[in-house]
Amino acid sequence: MKASDEERRNDAVIIRTEGLTKHYVLGAETVRAVRQIDLTIERGEFVAIMGPSGSGKSTFMNMIGCLDTPTAGKYWLNGQLVSDLSDDQLARVRNREIGFVFQTFNLLPRATALHNVELPLIYAGVGSKERRRRAEEKLELVGLADRMDHKPPEMSGGQRQRVAVARALVNEPALLLADEPTGNLDSVTSEEIMAQMETLNENGQTIVLVTHEHDIAAHARRQVHLKDGLVEQDFLNEPVETSA
Amino acid sequence: MLLFEIVMVAMGAVRANVLRSVLTTLGIVIGIAAVITMVALGEGAQQRVQEEINRMGTTILTIRPGQQMWGGVSRGDAQLSVEDAIALRAGSDGLLKVSPEQQSRMQVTYGRYNSNTQIMGVWPEYFEMYDHQLEAGRFFDQGEVQGRRRVAVLGYNVPETLGGTPPELLVGSTVQIRGIIFEVVGILEEKGDAAWIRPDDQIFIPQSTAQYRVMGGRDRLNSIYASTETPEELDQAFAAIDGIMRREHRIRVGEDADFNIRNSADLLETRNEANQTFALLLAGIAAISLIVGGIGIMNIMLVSVTERTREIGVRKALGATKRAIMTQFLVEALFLCTLGGLLGVAAGYGASELVTRMAEWDTSVAPEAVFTAIGFSAAVGLFFGLWPARRAAMLDPIDALRYE
Repeated sequence: MKASDEERRNDAVIIRTEGLTKHYVLGAETVRAVRQIDLTIERGEFVAIMGPSGSGKSTFMNMIGCLDTPTAGKYWLNGQLVSDLSDDQLARVRNREIGFVFQTFNLLPRATALHNVELPLIYAGVGSKERRRRAEEKLELVGLADRMDHKPPEMSGGQRQRVAVARALVNEPALLLADEPTGNLDSVTSEEIMAQMETLNENGQTIVLVTHEHDIAAHARRQVHLKDGLVEQDFLNEPVETSA
Repeated sequence: MLLFEIVMVAMGAVRANVLRSVLTTLGIVIGIAAVITMVALGEGAQQRVQEEINRMGTTILTIRPGQQMWGGVSRGDAQLSVEDAIALRAGSDGLLKVSPEQQSRMQVTYGRYNSNTQIMGVWPEYFEMYDHQLEAGRFFDQGEVQGRRRVAVLGYNVPETLGGTPPELLVGSTVQIRGIIFEVVGILEEKGDAAWIRPDDQIFIPQSTAQYRVMGGRDRLNSIYASTETPEELDQAFAAIDGIMRREHRIRVGEDADFNIRNSADLLETRNEANQTFALLLAGIAAISLIVGGIGIMNIMLVSVTERTREIGVRKALGATKRAIMTQFLVEALFLCTLGGLLGVAAGYGASELVTRMAEWDTSVAPEAVFTAIGFSAAVGLFFGLWPARRAAMLDPIDALRYE
């Protein structure tokens, strides 16, 4: 046990789960969505979590993203045991440690791109000048310096998703968690977004990508396949030529 | 810092739905308008009553005949007599100024002019008690009362009804009251009305003259007035009068008195009942509208929470705590209600003005009432916003994010 304790404190480990389990009670039935997943993801990794519907990948992702708490098992995120935290403590962990990119972008439609990117900083209690500076920096990073005052309805899908990426990065999170980030985008735009992710990863950003598309997962460096709530396969991608 | 952002977000939400927001606040607007009008009317009535009390004299007690009871059976109206007044004056050791009052409407003629005027048979103390001042001439004195002299002091408006003769010329001339010749010895300064008392339209003559020469020996008094130097002595005076009157009328302690003693405020009370009923009605309207308005706010906040479930999910995913979400929606409800409160104050102010002009009732919008009203509307917002805000705060982020 002592050895594993040290391992958990290892700075190189971003995600570590031990026997992570989630059961849902639906009427008389108990759905065992995730059963006993042990997984370690190190800093700087780019991992694709794959699996068909019902494989438990959404449930697993929600737990990894601190949106949900496990029925059993333990989860350390960036050295902190988070599986036992309260809702509000989880909110703070999400705010500090995780950047989300969703399939449906989930931007606030009435707010400008800049305000959308500032949102996590508002909940982090960052002052307005600093907020603006950091949000502008991230929007520039994703190539939207000239679209800062546009609102989501005035932007294309690709632009919206890039705003979402900028928002995910603005708090300098330990983990970028992307849930089907290309699900609502055409193939060209998808490639752009994935190229962006690869660049981010090359600069040291740890990324966990949840997808069911093999060619999207191919952009990651490691694939974890789930089936029936268990890890079925866990392997490193062959280094491939990026198409775009 | 964070609070400021939250307030901005809440205000943005209200701005995004201006028409809906304004309609939502209508209940609060009406409620607060009713509160403001009610308070303004009450305040105005209060001021008016105070003025009238001051004009009627704050130190005057009025003794009126009451019911004469005999073993629980009414034996008709009791009587007040001059002897009672004399006893009061003699028995109160200088505490009281006393005057009987015997009144009747009578035909008054002056030359070719005549009018129907209220004749008041009183003692000279009456003028002191009501602080009457002279426009011209003099008051009559105690000697003239004892001598049943035919002298008259006219109220301010009386010369007008008698052909508009200047007061100075009228003094010393004669008028006929019910055909009996009286010498005009004085004209009073203008006094103004106080409740039903209109001294400016009355003619004052010695009580004895009234009893024996004008009213045909009738010894019934309409009332007896008694006054003290200061309002503080009123309680003592009340007790003294009660004691003396009971002795005079041979009423034992514990039995019901056959007379009433009232002060000016008591006498005005009945007249205020109408005002109070109206105020009560407004209070009812206010309470109901505020409740209905509050429910409206709650309803629209629930709609708002449902509409923005996705937004709440996003905010939670990005790190908003329950408290932050709750504050956001509470501030929104608070903002709506306070807005309604402000509009209500404006509407209430307008309504008060309207009542003042149309019904000629005095109104007065007190600043405290404005602050109370706005505070009250904020409280309504807080109370009725709590549940929707709590619902928003308790949303599960996963469900909220998935909400279509």
